[in-house]
Amino acid sequence: MHAKAPRQADVEGYSRRPSTLEWLNRYGTALFLVLMCLFFLAQNPHFFSLRNIANILADVSIYGVIAVGMTFVIITGGVDLAVGATLALASICAAWAVSLSGWALGPDWLVALAVSVLVGTCVGLIHGKITTWLGVPAFITTLGGMTVWRGATLLVNDGGPVSDFSEGLRWWGTGSLLRLPVPVVVFALVALAGLVVQRYTRFGRQVYAVGGNPEAARLSGVDVKRIETAVYVIIGSLSGLAGFLLMARLNSAEAVGGTGYELRVIASVVIGGASLAGGVGGIGGTLLGALLIGVLSNGLVMMGVNAYYQQIVIGVIIVLAVAFDTYAKKRIG
Amino acid sequence: MEDQLLLAAEGVSKSFPGVRALADARLHVRVGEVHALLGENGAGKSTLLKILAGAQRAEEGDIRFAGIALDPSDTPLARQQLGIVTIYQEFNLLPEMTVAENMYLGREPRRFGLIDWPRLSADAQAILADLDLSLDPRAKVRTLTVAEQQMVEIARAMTFQARLIIMDEPTATLSEREVQVLHRLVAELRERGVSIIYVTHRLTEVVAVCDRFTVLRDGRFVAEDLVADHTVADMVRLMVGREVEFSRRAESSASDEIVLRLDGISRARSARSPHATVLHRMSLEVHSGEILGFAGLVGAGRTELARIVFGADRCDEGVLWLGGGELRPLRSPAEAMRRGIALVPEDRKQQGCFLDQSVRQNMVLPSLPALSRWKYFVDERAEKKLVERYRIALAIRMPSQMTPMGKLSGGNQQKVLLARCMALHPRVLIVDEPTRGIDIGAKAEVHKVLSDMAASGVAVIAISSELPEVMAISDRIAVFREGRIVGVVAGTGADEQTLMRFMALGEAGPRSG
Repeated sequence: MHAKAPRQADVEGYSRRPSTLEWLNRYGTALFLVLMCLFFLAQNPHFFSLRNIANILADVSIYGVIAVGMTFVIITGGVDLAVGATLALASICAAWAVSLSGWALGPDWLVALAVSVLVGTCVGLIHGKITTWLGVPAFITTLGGMTVWRGATLLVNDGGPVSDFSEGLRWWGTGSLLRLPVPVVVFALVALAGLVVQRYTRFGRQVYAVGGNPEAARLSGVDVKRIETAVYVIIGSLSGLAGFLLMARLNSAEAVGGTGYELRVIASVVIGGASLAGGVGGIGGTLLGALLIGVLSNGLVMMGVNAYYQQIVIGVIIVLAVAFDTYAKKRIG
Repeated sequence: MEDQLLLAAEGVSKSFPGVRALADARLHVRVGEVHALLGENGAGKSTLLKILAGAQRAEEGDIRFAGIALDPSDTPLARQQLGIVTIYQEFNLLPEMTVAENMYLGREPRRFGLIDWPRLSADAQAILADLDLSLDPRAKVRTLTVAEQQMVEIARAMTFQARLIIMDEPTATLSEREVQVLHRLVAELRERGVSIIYVTHRLTEVVAVCDRFTVLRDGRFVAEDLVADHTVADMVRLMVGREVEFSRRAESSASDEIVLRLDGISRARSARSPHATVLHRMSLEVHSGEILGFAGLVGAGRTELARIVFGADRCDEGVLWLGGGELRPLRSPAEAMRRGIALVPEDRKQQGCFLDQSVRQNMVLPSLPALSRWKYFVDERAEKKLVERYRIALAIRMPSQMTPMGKLSGGNQQKVLLARCMALHPRVLIVDEPTRGIDIGAKAEVHKVLSDMAASGVAVIAISSELPEVMAISDRIAVFREGRIVGVVAGTGADEQTLMRFMALGEAGPRSG
């Protein structure tokens, strides 16, 4: 019945009540998130304890920061598989710099933050340049990056963890600000900045244009290569920031840090409604997607579900979300 | 035997939303003849070919092949197995596979359920040898020239024991010498009793290789006769003869001021794009307030020149002057736009629109620098106002500014793209096939917009494959043929038959300003 909705009416500007399917397609993720929370609450009343909520949010924040960057990358039609490795390299370098310099260059947290973001930015710049200059597909560039940076991480400090940071540094991972965990505040600021850039800046518009139709974007005067490079720089620096938050939270920087983050991050963006073909997506959706994955993993743990089953459930939900989206788009047209 | 009908299509009709592509079309092809199917762009040739190939379904009509009525629900494969094989302009070959694999794709000889490679090779070799083609069956198609790929298509047709081969513009991208080879092959096929439907714009070829011809005009059957009984001029008259459907511009606003001057723009064949049209020393002047039409066949170099002017492609030689200043290295469309050149590209969907994104985003994208605040931010109020202004000025029908572009009709999409260019306040506006695929009412509106632009002092270049359109809107018409500008004709003095001859043969017509 939806398929037979009068298409001409759309074009002519008659208003039409959105069909159930359209409504579900738009608000389905949010609805699913609410239902899931209710389900977990029914299973375990501690699910909604302040402590647990803070826990979920802090976990989500770390990969959520990267997901904001990934939203830009995926909207251009690209992908970054190396975010976990970038995160690990950035945090190990930062921890190493702190252990060498101590307070000689200023507050240790500032040194760690600066080094972490700088390393991430450089990695992103390398990915962006290889993709645009050499024309290597981003999938391949970052697939290579994934092992290269992980390997480089193992070289720093011979693969061992660097641990035990100062109080001031750990505050960034475990402290609280305005009664919220610090990582959550950082994530909120990053997401807000992402939202503003995406909706209200020329750059944001150009990102959509590049992903929607690169040839049309070029003929509209968009410097496609510059935009593509920029999104990898953004995701690189945000991966560095996430690395800093993670090491502060764990009080340790490890070579295996951030393993598997790429999948979580990409899943957040895709569940949030972005298309891997580019041109479609948004920070708002990504936030929901990231939250959904965070709640799901936490809720399953609280229910005492075996960790292996968790992986299966998360995988199934990702595929179902995209399958529904594809189905709905086909029916709505 | 000679006069036996192989294909008899009668009363074929087909409509698309807003367009009647075929109305009571007729095509009779005899056994062992080369039959030319003639008509202008939009006459319905392609639609008829697709119906014959089984790619589209006619609404009405009766098609008999070798005396048996064809099932309208046939798939292209079913038609091929009957012996009707179509060779499209864009070949259907897989570049990474070999010649032999392509010839037998999906029908490879098998042994014990596995592909019998030696036999595949031998069968392919036999057919190639039979047609006197010196192609290596093991060569990858990617390594072949366009002409060789076409031969693979013909050889593939023969693996179906084709009785009717349909060739759609087979020589559009071939060199003179390659055309000769193709014509020999066509004659060879005819000798064997294979019938060929030959679609081309080049009427000299019709005289050279075809026995009979059928003319379509506006989707209707016009004439069928022996080629030998007619001159090229006769055929042109049959193709064109229709009432003018566009009203001519009321008055010209052309001035003497030269806005854009091209001097000796050339581009040689390059290894990177071996099939692109070679451009030979193209020179032109465009005046403020005039509409300069570009007429020519597909592949004559009109779009190629426009893209060079706009900075989308590079040229090897030549100078471009804009308002007196030399512009030679235009590196990008962005630079062209900053200097006051705007382009509405040829392929609306592929090169123009962001179909999933809002009408607003589509219209304002290149104007964002002028609509920004604090350098990086978009001034949304200014943006809304701009879109609203052009919505009213061009009567664009859209539910809201946030409606996805893909939901608009073709005519409204085209108006949005025109508005995109107008918002840049260009000195030179180039429109490439501005009314392709849009309905007649929208066409008139687009023409009005172009006239108004010219009246405001913009130099407008209009590329169109519809001659009546070019004639109706242009002050002057530059005629392109095979990478050369063969002449510039005054718009008022031009008549369709002269232009058509000029485009097809390059022979001298009335020359002026």
